[in-house]
Amino acid sequence: MKNSDHTRRDVLRCLGAGGAGTLFFLSGGVLTPAALARNADDRATPSGVPLFLQISDTHIGFKGAANPDVPGTVRRTVELMNTLPRKPGLVLHTGDITHLSKADEFDFAQQLLSDLHASEIHTVPGEHDVIDGPGKEYFDRFGGPSKNRGYYSFDHSGVHFVALINVMNFKPNGLGALGDEQLEWLEKDVRGLGSSTPIVVFAHMPLWSVYEPWGWGTGDADRAMGYLRRFGSVTVLNGHIHQIVSKVEGNITFHTARSAAYPQPAAGNGMGPGPLTVPMEQLPAFLGITSVTVREDAHAISLSDIPLA
Amino acid sequence: MSARLLRSVAIVASLTMISVTSSVWAEQPADHNTVVLKNFHFGPASLSISAGETVTWTNMDEEPHTVVSDAGLFRSGALDEHESFSFKFDKPGTYGFICSIHPQMRGVIVVK
Repeated sequence: MKNSDHTRRDVLRCLGAGGAGTLFFLSGGVLTPAALARNADDRATPSGVPLFLQISDTHIGFKGAANPDVPGTVRRTVELMNTLPRKPGLVLHTGDITHLSKADEFDFAQQLLSDLHASEIHTVPGEHDVIDGPGKEYFDRFGGPSKNRGYYSFDHSGVHFVALINVMNFKPNGLGALGDEQLEWLEKDVRGLGSSTPIVVFAHMPLWSVYEPWGWGTGDADRAMGYLRRFGSVTVLNGHIHQIVSKVEGNITFHTARSAAYPQPAAGNGMGPGPLTVPMEQLPAFLGITSVTVREDAHAISLSDIPLA
Repeated sequence: MSARLLRSVAIVASLTMISVTSSVWAEQPADHNTVVLKNFHFGPASLSISAGETVTWTNMDEEPHTVVSDAGLFRSGALDEHESFSFKFDKPGTYGFICSIHPQMRGVIVVK
C-alpha cells in the first residue's frame, strides 16, 4: 500500500467508519499513518508477510472495580487474536501476566493463553510477576529461553527479536533497570548483525522516559538504545502503563500497548499508576492488543493497535 | 451492706475497671503502630516506636504493594487491598523500607 494511493478524503472516510485500529508504516525511519478498517482488508497487506501479535498486562488475579471479570476480558482478547484474518507467526506477552505472582494465577494464565492459535508465545515478566523477589513461579514456567536470566533473543522470519527484563532491579526513584550484565550481553548479541536487519525489542517497562514520577521509564535504557541506533528499523514494544503511548526517534519506534485487564490514568492524572475505573460498557474500548507486520520489502515494520471493542 | 458502703464499693470498682482498661489499652496501641499504604505513599512516612513493639502495615490501595526492609530484615509477600503485614522490632535502630513494586514509596521505623 503506497501512501500516494490514498487521498486525504479516503483516509478521513475510513477513520469515520468507526475504525478500531491505527496503522503506521515505518520505512527507513519515517512513520506515516494510514487508515485501517476494523475487519482488515487482506489485500491491504501483501500475502506471505508474517504477523506477530503483542498482548500485555493480563493481570490474572485482579478483582477490583476497574474490571471484576479479568478472565472474561482475557478470554475475549484471545478470541480477538484468533479471529484475525491471518494466523500470527508468534505472540509476545510483555508482562504482568499475573497480578500477585501466585502459582494458581500463573496456572490459570497459561491455561487461557494455551487457547491462542499461535505456534509460539514469548514472554517477559512484569513487576507483578516477580513480587516474591526471585520470581520463582515466573521462571519455573517461562525461564527456559533465557536460562532464568530473563533476557534472550531469537530470529523469526528475518526479524531479530530481543527480550529484555527491567523489573528485577528497580532504582530508588522507581524506574526500571537493565543492569550491566544484561547491557553487555545486548551489545554482543547485536554486534554481528547487518544494519538492515529489522530489530524488535520487547520488555515490560517503557524503555524511554514516559513519566518518571510514576516510574514509567528505565534508568539505563539509553545505553541499550545506543547499541541499536545503527539499525535501519528498530521497534520497541512495551507494556506496564496500560495505555498507548508512542514516540519515534530516528530509526527507533517506541510503542506501549493497552492492557487486556484494565486501563490506567494518563500520566500525572491522579494519585498514582493504579487501576482506572471507567463505565463498564466503555471498558472494552480501553483494552486490546498490538499487531506487528513485517513488510516483505525494505525492512519496514507496521504497528496496528486493535481494541477489544 | 449499707447503701453508702455499696456506693463506695461501686465507685472503687468502676475506678479500678477504668484503670485496668486503660492499662490494657496502653499495652495494645494497635492504631499507634500502624502504617497505612494509600495513594502510593506510606503514612506516616516515619514512625517512632519502642523496642519490643510490633508495627502493622495495611494496604488500602487497589494496587498491590510490598514492604521490604532496606537491610533485608523483613519482606512482606504481595499485599492485596486490605491485606496486612506485621513485624516486631526488638532492637533500637532506624529501619528504612520501600515497596519493591513501586520503589519511589519509602518509609522508616525509628525504634528507641
